[in-house]
Amino acid sequence: MKMLMALSGALFVFYVLVHMYGNLKIFGGVDAFNEYADHLRTLFTPFLPFGGFLWLFRVVLVVALVAHAWSAFYLWSRARGARTTRYVAKAAARATVKSKMMRWGGVALLLFLVWHLLQFTIVKFNVGSIPAEGNPGLLVISSFQVWWVVLIYLLALVALGLHLYHGVWSATQTLGWAGNATARRRAKTLGTVIALVTSVGFALPPLAILFGFVKGS
Amino acid sequence: MNLTLKIWRQAGPTTKGEMVTYPVTEISEDMSFLEMLDVLNEQLNARGEEPIAFDSDCREGICGMCGLMISGKAHGPEVTTTCQLHMRSFSDGDEITVEPWRADAFPVIKDLVVDRSSFDRIIQAGGFISANTGSAPEAHSVPVPKDKADRAFMAAACIGCGACVAACPNASGMLFMGAKITHLGELPQGQPERDARVVNMVSQHDHEGFGGCTNIGECSSACPKEIPLDVINQLNKDLRGALMRGE
Repeated sequence: MKMLMALSGALFVFYVLVHMYGNLKIFGGVDAFNEYADHLRTLFTPFLPFGGFLWLFRVVLVVALVAHAWSAFYLWSRARGARTTRYVAKAAARATVKSKMMRWGGVALLLFLVWHLLQFTIVKFNVGSIPAEGNPGLLVISSFQVWWVVLIYLLALVALGLHLYHGVWSATQTLGWAGNATARRRAKTLGTVIALVTSVGFALPPLAILFGFVKGS
Repeated sequence: MNLTLKIWRQAGPTTKGEMVTYPVTEISEDMSFLEMLDVLNEQLNARGEEPIAFDSDCREGICGMCGLMISGKAHGPEVTTTCQLHMRSFSDGDEITVEPWRADAFPVIKDLVVDRSSFDRIIQAGGFISANTGSAPEAHSVPVPKDKADRAFMAAACIGCGACVAACPNASGMLFMGAKITHLGELPQGQPERDARVVNMVSQHDHEGFGGCTNIGECSSACPKEIPLDVINQLNKDLRGALMRGE
């Protein structure tokens, strides 16, 4: 169960890195971003139909998401069942914000994911002022000119960063890849680097748009 | 020194417990924590009250029998067992809460005494080697590399006190189990049953109702024998290998 969690988590790490790379394309302008969005759909065509790769990828992600969330809730309920009488006093020696927030942070990320998919993939509603029908790049710019949208995303990125910070290290340990002091140090450094790179990398486009460094035209 | 103790009192396994406050006076800082409780129990006896039940055996930190949650820390503030914790670690006027280990796999028998036989059943599931008993074999007949012998010895220092479970936010017994897996897995004598051992022990551990590890490290910080977190890595690695080999 924990291995399922670790492996599906590892897939997400790979995915968010690719996703972040794609987002940074907005710095190349709306056209570069749209071209990237189009390219995702034409990848491996004509071997696969238009959008084929994207759909395959989505299926894999959904399966991984279900596996990750299901094992998380299963382990959570087992942990709750393992101590039904709570301590009156309990001092934490090593638990930190990042490790304590894995579960509630994960739930927050799940809620954010719903919002994020509705906003940019499924419904594509536009809360901003630039008309962006059928133009994903403009939709992004229009949305992130609204301060509270940026705020939601920044909060989600803090949650993501903390989740990855502990999750990457935890997954290496669960898969048995942190056998000696060097490997352990490397795993923790990797967790820190991935957490920082993703949260900062994802935060750049919304902030740049909000402060007007990237404009629609 | 004078202290205020808040102690968990529970008459039996099925009765409801509660925290009861006891003031104690003129405690010497050279007393061990358990001796301090002995003093309190003598006072309770003199008053005709039921003394507080707690576990202890060797009182020299090697048997693993004693174990109390002291102000939210397993075995109290020092890296040692409760019996080797001395009152000089506290200050005059302190308020100290004393609770039993809290885990459904360690049910309370009375007051501060818990039933840790779930650990015994995990050992019975695989934490052993099958060998003919008889006269001891010549020690040099099975060579063991120094680094492996050292790591096995480090892991074998686990006394099975249960502090790891008590401290774990998930009430997981994986540090205990990892110590046994590492101890036997590093030695030549542990190899024939290595795959079956890890699978059976983990299965028994889950069956007993312990939680899963989330790699936080509270266990290792609470461990009086300073068993490092990497024994859990070893456990996971052995489990992964055993499952892939179809155990």
